[in-house]
Amino acid sequence: MKKVIVKPKVLHNIPWHYCPGCTHGIVHRLIAEVIDEMDLQKDAVGVASVGCSCFNYDYFDIDMSAAAHGRAPAVATGIKRVQPGRLVFTYQGDGDLCAIGTAEAIHAAVRGENITIIFYNNGIYGMTGGQMAPTSLPDMKTTTSPYGRNVQETGFPIKMTEMLALQEGCVYAERTKVSNPASINKTKKAIRKAFELQLSRAGFTIVEILGTCPTNWGLDPLQAIKWMEEKLEKQYPTGILKNSKGDSVICDKK
Amino acid sequence: MEQVLLKGSEAIAEGAVLAGCRFFFGYPITPQNEIPEYFARRLPQVNGTFLQAESEIAAINMVYGAGGTGARVMTSSSSPGMSLKQEGISYLSCAEVPCVIVSIMRGGPGLGAIQGAQPDYFQAVKGGGHGDYKNIVLAPSTVQEAADLTYQAFDLADKYRNPVIILGDGILAQMMEPIVLPNEKQDFPEKNWALNLDKNRPRNVISSSYPIVEELEKVIIRLNQKAEIMKGEVRWDTLQVEDADYIIVAYGTSARIAKAVVRQAREIGIKLGLLRPITLWPFPYDAIYSLVPQVKAFFALEMSTGQMIEDVKIAIGRERPVYHIGRYGGVIPRVNETLEKITAVAKG
Ligand SMILES: Cc1ncc(C[n+]2csc(CCOP(=O)(O)OP(=O)(O)O)c2C)c(N)n1
Ligand code: SF4
Repeated sequence: MKKVIVKPKVLHNIPWHYCPGCTHGIVHRLIAEVIDEMDLQKDAVGVASVGCSCFNYDYFDIDMSAAAHGRAPAVATGIKRVQPGRLVFTYQGDGDLCAIGTAEAIHAAVRGENITIIFYNNGIYGMTGGQMAPTSLPDMKTTTSPYGRNVQETGFPIKMTEMLALQEGCVYAERTKVSNPASINKTKKAIRKAFELQLSRAGFTIVEILGTCPTNWGLDPLQAIKWMEEKLEKQYPTGILKNSKGDSVICDKK
Repeated sequence: MEQVLLKGSEAIAEGAVLAGCRFFFGYPITPQNEIPEYFARRLPQVNGTFLQAESEIAAINMVYGAGGTGARVMTSSSSPGMSLKQEGISYLSCAEVPCVIVSIMRGGPGLGAIQGAQPDYFQAVKGGGHGDYKNIVLAPSTVQEAADLTYQAFDLADKYRNPVIILGDGILAQMMEPIVLPNEKQDFPEKNWALNLDKNRPRNVISSSYPIVEELEKVIIRLNQKAEIMKGEVRWDTLQVEDADYIIVAYGTSARIAKAVVRQAREIGIKLGLLRPITLWPFPYDAIYSLVPQVKAFFALEMSTGQMIEDVKIAIGRERPVYHIGRYGGVIPRVNETLEKITAVAKG
């Protein structure tokens, strides 16, 4: 039989803990494929955050540092300042990045820190059981907004990647989704672009990826993909939010 | 030996640089601003990196990232800022990331006052963060010791793969004394556990996450065994304890005051001696206990309502009375008022 698809080298062959139909796994695979293709296994450091993806330090077969909730960009900064030549990326959920970790993310962008944030946005706190996130949609029912997110009381969905893109130190910000082969390919290209920019020491890069949480959305995997495209994407339109001076060096940290 | 005149905070920073520290992450707070300011000037001269973080939380997590690569790294702060660092310190301890954390205490609780005080003993010594962990805590009492202990702290941190805390106060950080600096360190231990640039090693992971409780329990047992070994680093100093009827226990700035108290007590015929813990964790329990047979009473002088005194009581049990003496919030205990309290007990 002809092998049409193989496991990327930098993914460990162990069982993952993600729920059936969850798209975290797709994003992991894309990151792994890009690291493989760029031949960076020995030159990459991943920073795991706290959320459903918090055990991915066991999934990627590269050096990993597991950060406290929200602090991954600060941890990545510490690593990058010692090892400016290595690829340093964080993998963060929307609770991690947009609530508790807002300050660390914004200031990493402000400094033009040469790191890449991979931001998995599913509009909810997955790991802790489906609580409201700053990204939750208006009227969205979660375990802490059981009557639907009331924007008068809890505010509107946060525009985190837009805020990061506003900072001069941010050279590249793109929002993608992982709902079908075309969008998955696009996401992979975005990750590669961000990594390449980082290696050229261009500055801060972020790829926001709309993903699912079928378990806490209360939907089956296919319904969840549909909901992501119809509802989440409506609030968070995909596309390039910033792509400035792609190949010039704006801040070389030695 | 050439002497240089330095502030306590500058001595701490230069001691770190001479120990090979090339990365500093911090956030401004009085009374320790001279530490980051010194690094900001000094580190670029030695090809190092100074970074002013957006908060103490970010700074301690930058330390986690940098320390995980195997680099010698430091942060410093003062009381409210140290409160913010506690989650990070817990992570650093569990993930066994060596680093040096300087805590320059000021008056608290709350925003308190910027004057030097000693109200954060519990926070540093008993573990202000969550979980079972132990960090070595060194308490310099002179500017010379500030440089020396910071210098040695980096070796201790690497030796045990553990954070080491320098616990000083605003008075020590601001005072100037002539000191002799240690030699620049040349040899550094290998760190095969770190995310270093060696491409021939297996991948490494820096983590404090152990989702399987039996595994976490094993880690805690191992960390606890390490703590038992670290207890061998206990250090203390004494002054005129040989014939003492009374002992004053004090660390850091309080110990400087206590020295004057010992001198004056002796002038009026009270045989007072000083025991000065240099390591607050491990605490010199045995050294204090060994004085029990000859001593009528102990005094704990500290610039707090009584934190270190609990360890003095653990050391001697109920065998002798222990009296607390102190001023709070940044008020410095005076020699005469301290002596009066001791005289009242001694003359009974
Ligand atoms: C300081 C701290 N506060 C709270 C938590 C609990 N916590 C763990 S994961 C999480 C939310 C994660 O949500 P998100 O970042 O959206 O990731 P997802 O699980 O959806 O992938 C929270 C609040 C924690 N671990 N640490
Ligand atoms: S809870 Fe949601 S985000 Fe977490 S693994 Fe399950 S489906 Fe994925």
